[in-house]
Parts: sequence; C-alpha cells; structure tokens
Amino acid sequence: MISIFKRSKSVAISIDEFFDKVDLGTLNFKKGVNNYINGNSIEFAQNLNSITVLEQEADTIQRKIGNDFYLHSLMPNYSSDILNLLEMVDDIIDMSKDLLSQFDVETPHIPEAIKKDFSELVNASSKSVKNVLPASRIFFTQPDNVKDSIQKVLFYHRETHNLSTNLKRKIFQDIDSLILSEKLHLRYFALHIEQISDVAKNIAHQLSSLVIKIKM
Amino acid sequence: MFLFFLTSGLFLGWTLGANDASNVFGSAVGSKMIKFKQAAIIASIFVILGAVLQGAGGSDTLGKLGSVDALGGAFTVALAAGISVFWMTKLKLPVSTSQAVVGAIIGWNFFTHNPTDMSSLTKIVTTWISGPILGGIFAILLFKLLQFVLKRSKTHLIKLDAYIKYSLLIVGAFGSYSLGANNIANVVGVFIPSAPDITLNFGFFTLDGTQLLFLAGGISIAVGIMTYSRKVMLTVGNSLMKLNAETAIVVVLAHSLVLFVFSSQSLSNLFVNIGLPAIPMVPVSSSQAIVGAILGIGILKGGGNIHMKVIGKIAVGWIITPVIAGLISFFALFFMSNLFNLQVSQNPSKFVKGDVFVEDNNKLQIDNKTKIINSHDFDKVEPAIIELYKPAVVVVLVILLILLVYQFYIILNIKEKNIIEEQEEHVIKYNAQQILLENELKITNNAKAELEKEIEFKEKEQKKIALSIIRKNEILSKLKMEIERIKSKPEKSLKFSDLNTLKVLILDNLNLEKERKSLDIYIKELNNSFFQNLERKYPGLTNNEKKLCSLLRLKLSSKEIASILNITPKSVEVNRYRLRKKMNIGKDEKLPKVIRKL
Repeated sequence: MISIFKRSKSVAISIDEFFDKVDLGTLNFKKGVNNYINGNSIEFAQNLNSITVLEQEADTIQRKIGNDFYLHSLMPNYSSDILNLLEMVDDIIDMSKDLLSQFDVETPHIPEAIKKDFSELVNASSKSVKNVLPASRIFFTQPDNVKDSIQKVLFYHRETHNLSTNLKRKIFQDIDSLILSEKLHLRYFALHIEQISDVAKNIAHQLSSLVIKIKM
Repeated sequence: MFLFFLTSGLFLGWTLGANDASNVFGSAVGSKMIKFKQAAIIASIFVILGAVLQGAGGSDTLGKLGSVDALGGAFTVALAAGISVFWMTKLKLPVSTSQAVVGAIIGWNFFTHNPTDMSSLTKIVTTWISGPILGGIFAILLFKLLQFVLKRSKTHLIKLDAYIKYSLLIVGAFGSYSLGANNIANVVGVFIPSAPDITLNFGFFTLDGTQLLFLAGGISIAVGIMTYSRKVMLTVGNSLMKLNAETAIVVVLAHSLVLFVFSSQSLSNLFVNIGLPAIPMVPVSSSQAIVGAILGIGILKGGGNIHMKVIGKIAVGWIITPVIAGLISFFALFFMSNLFNLQVSQNPSKFVKGDVFVEDNNKLQIDNKTKIINSHDFDKVEPAIIELYKPAVVVVLVILLILLVYQFYIILNIKEKNIIEEQEEHVIKYNAQQILLENELKITNNAKAELEKEIEFKEKEQKKIALSIIRKNEILSKLKMEIERIKSKPEKSLKFSDLNTLKVLILDNLNLEKERKSLDIYIKELNNSFFQNLERKYPGLTNNEKKLCSLLRLKLSSKEIASILNITPKSVEVNRYRLRKKMNIGKDEKLPKVIRKL
C-alpha cells in the first residue's frame, strides 16, 4: 500500500520535472533565436547546448513516466491520453531544439529590415508555449482551472499566425535584395517557429477534451 | 440429507455471488483499477463476515412472509429462485435474487395454501422502491461531498489515482460485507426453519445452527464470486452509465449504505431510541440499490448520460422476476410433491396427490402413498453443543503454518525467479556487448589494416625517395670523379664531349635538394606520432638526432643514411653511438629495435 503511494508521488514529481525541462527549453529557444538574430554567436551556442541537454533529459523523464504508467497500471482509464499529452509537450522541446540546431547549421541570412519581425514572431510563439505549460501542470492538480490558461494559448497562437503571415509577406513582397532561394529559406524558418505555437494549440485542445473526460 | 437439500440454496448463493459481486467491484475491475484476483479475495472474505455476523435481520422478514416449514419445500423454493436467476441471466435480462426468492416464497404460499403475510410483503415491496431512491439520495450527497473535498484538496491526479484505488478496495470491502449481511437471507433464509440445532464452540466464539447456515451460504456466494463473477464484471461493468473512478466509489458506497441500513439491527435500534420508526430488516436487491445510485448521479449531472433503454429493461426485469420465480416455484413444488413424493410443507395441499385437504378444520390426513421426509423433529429440544475449541486452535495453527510455509516458498520462488531473470538479463547484456565489441573490433581491425596499408605505402615512398637520394649522391660522386678525370687530362686533349658528359651528370643532380625536402616532409608526416612519443620519452634529442631515429626506424643501413644526410658513414656511426648514450640504451639492445618499439 505504501509503495503505491510512494510510486505515485515519484511519478507526480517526475511529471513536474518534465514540465520544468520543457519550460527551460522554451526559454533557451526564445533567447537562442534572439541571440542569433542579434549576432551574439557565443550566447547562441550556449543556448543550443543547453536546449540539447534539456531535450535529452526531458526525453529520459518522459520514458520513465511512460514505463511507470504501464508497469503499475496508473490511471488505467486515462493513461494513454495523459501519455499522449506528455508526448505532445515533448514535441515542443524537440521542435525548439531542432529549429535552433537548424539556425546553427544553415545560418540563414536575416536582413536588418525583418529582424524585429522575426524576434516578435519568436516571442509570440514562445508565449503560447509559456501559457500551455502552466495549463498542463494545473490539469494534474486543478483540472477546473485549465480553461483560464487555454484562452491565452489560443490568443497567442492567433497572434503568432498573424505575425508569421506578415513576416512572410514582407519577405516575398517588400525585400527585393533577397534572391528567391533566400526568401524560401527565411519562409521555412518562419513556418517552423509558427509550428511550435501550433503544437501549443493542439495541446490546449487535448487538455480541454481531457478535462471533459475526467469530469464525466 | 439436510446438506443435499441445502445444495439448491448453495446454488442460489453461487448465482448471487456470480451476479451481484459485479455491483460492488464491477466498475473497479472493469476499469482495471483493481485486479480481479484482489477484488475476488476481498469480496469473498467480507461477504462471509457480513453473512455470519449480521445476516439474521433480513431472514426474519422472509420467514414472516412465508415460513417454509419442510426441507423439501425449502429446497424447491431455493431451486426455483436459483433457476429463475440463472435463466434470466443467461437471457441477459436484469435480475434480482431478492425478488426471485420473494416470488418463489409466494409461489410456495400459493401451493401450500399458506397465507401470505401482507404486512411483510408490503414492507419488502416498499424497500424495492425505497432502496433505489435511498441509493440515489446517498449517491447525490456523497458525490457532492466528494466533489467538495476534491476541489479543496488540489491533490495531484496521479496521487488521487492511488487514493481512489485504495478507496475502491475499502468501499468494495464494505459493500461486500453489506451484501453478505443483507442478501444471505435470500440464499439460505428459507432453510432457517429446518436448520440443525447444533452449536459449534470454538472457544473464543460460537456458531449456532443458523450462523452455520449463513456461513455455508456465505461460502457459496464466495465461490460464485471466485468462479463466475469475472465475466459479469468485465462485460456488464458500465452498461447503465459510463462511470469514472470517483463516481464508481460514490455509487458503490451509496449501494453499500443502502444494504447496510436495511440489515443493521443496531442502526434500527438507534432509530427507535431517538424516537424514529424502526428500519425494516429486509433483503434489498443489490442491483436495484446500484441502479438507484447511478440514476442519482445521472440526475445530478443533467441526465444526459443515462441510457433510458437499459433502465426500461431493468424496470421490466424487476416486475418479471418475482412473477417468473413464483411460477417456477409453484410448478417445481407440484412436480416435486407429485413425481418424487417429496414433502414440501407441513400443511396438506390440494395440488398434491394423496393429500386430503379439509378446509373446515385444516386437519391433516396423509395416506400411505405419500412419502414423508422429516429431517428432524420440530419440537423444541436443547441444541447439541459441540466443543471445537481445541480442534479450532489446531486448525488455525495448521493454517497459519501452511500459510507461513507457502509465503516462504513464494519468497524463495520470487528470489530464485529474480536471480534467474537477473542472470538471463546479464547473459543478454553480455551477448549484446560481445556483439558490439566484435563489431567494434572488426571496425578497428579494418581501420588498422587500412592504416597499415597506408603506412606501408608511405614507407615504400620514403624508401623510394631515400634510394633516389642515394642514387643521386652516387651520381654526384661520379660527377666528382669525372671532373677529376677531366682535370687530370692535358689541356690540349680536352674535348667538347667531356663538357657534355658533365652537363648530363649535373642535370641529373638538379632535383636533388627538392627531393630531400620532400623526404623531410614525408618523414615528418608519417612519423608525427612517432616524433611525439620520442619527444615525450627522450626530451633532450636534437632535430638531427630525431631525423636519424626516423631513418633508423626505416631499417636503413648506416651507409644509406650517410648518403641521405650527405655525411660520411663514419659520422653516422658516431651519431648512432651518441644517440645510444643519450637514450641510455644497453649493450645488449639494438638501437633500431628500440626505436621501432616507440
């Protein structure tokens, strides 16, 4: 009897740790992209290193949580939904790390005219993630309060989408100094930053349905 | 003979265990919150406890409804109820054992012309209605309370899951206890008038005939739970409304409270003491109580989730069950008395061949053809007391010893299993590592072979260059000798062809310096790690000495080295001697061998 209480406590701690890693990863992603835009290559390299380590740690914790869920039949009715939720949250840090790594490998040339737009896009995308993480955390303790954060996630997702569209329009219509391949390259980065907020939005929807399921 | 007749009651107990355990643990097992084995063990233990400790209340009411005063009658009534329950369950119709038993007793009353006690029947039918209503009220109150507590506690969902698991077990244990206490009357209630008058004294507690009957009934319910309830739990589970774990706790607790209320004499006495009417001790249908509780939750949640068709089916089942059980009981009694000449009542019946039924004075006249089976004398006699204190202690000790040995065996088995698993894991890991190492070795060997090939090729190149230098030095010597030859000639005899010979020799020598540099680069490139090792082991060596070492490593003779370095072989010998001193090499050791080892 005591062992199952200990186990559930340890799983609860692991879930919290997992969210911490993703939270830190998002911070590093935001700072990393801003550092790249501003040409702070040393700081950017540090951010990339940090997010790589955090991503690996998050993966390890996520695997451990999954194992515990299946081995000890924790929350048998909702285990697949909860593990799916954690998988989606893990996608955020995976995508952030990949994108930062792509910045490092492909070194896209960002013209001065759109640096600010890129920075705003990253900030908005990070904000949608920043709001979905507390919502995911609070789901485990106060499911009723999840909806408060979900509205913010959806707002920042829309904001990200608008900023991304404006940025892409600028890239293709306003900046003549870029050749087509450079424009496509920048569009690809804008799209990937936007996709991170798409994942946040999907998590918000998953959380909403999970709350309904649990309250049924 | 009594035990033989009791089998129908035990069969009824088995069907009750098979069906009604799902009301207590169905949601928990169906949702995989609790393992069936765990649920079955707990349910079995607590059903027996409930039956033995608190089973008397409901039996009295059933006895008043119709006191089945012959063992054959009790057998037939229980069999009729059991068949009705089994048959309706097979037809997948919702069925209640309590209703089946009441129906069967009324059938017996009809058959034997016994008057049905209307007040008892009203009491029972009232509980069939009030039971579900009370279940619903309990469920609503408990659900509200649980919601309030959960909102306040902010417990982590994973921790809550652990609490729910254990709550389900505890509530299930209480539910099983209440089920045993309340429904045991259905199983063996009709046999109470025929129960043997014996008392078993176990020293620290005694069991009278009725309690023994309850114990047997409780065990039959436990067997039903163990053998057949799994299927019902997994299939019937949540047919009325989809329940989550929290709701399941509330529903089971509400159901258990209803059963407990209608079987607790102490609670009834408490009501009387505070001026409230006594609670009737009536066997309530477990299924009805659970349906009432689920409906209560459904109403609280707006009613959208309730499957009205299922409720309709259940309601029809509630009406049909007593009717079917009554009819089966009536016809079974008819066949038993007329075909097997079984006495089903102390009263004569007009439906029994041979019985002379005199309505005026109710006097019993039985002809010789009617077979009478009397299990015991109904006159009051002192019950036989059997002292079982010592055997009970011995049995308990033996059971404890067996359990201890079994536990020890399990622990040993687990340890052995763990060791075997660990060993197997080690073997798997070892094999995997071996494969990995073999692959790595293969890769390293391939790389080594490649490197060796490269070194061989470069050594050949070096040798080629060294030989070309030697050859060119020879040319230079030739040139020197030629010049000396020309010089020794008288001036007049000098010819233009002599100069041409010299020119050819010089042209051959032109690339000499270039090739020497190329050799130096080759030596440095090839012997990069060699030079590092050399510097680390012998830090005081000069560049020329290092170069000499690298040439010695190529197994070149002193003469060849002299030619490459453009010094005399003697100088090479002197340098080798100094090198040996500097490197502190003994007389027995060979310099090139020491150098090649680096």
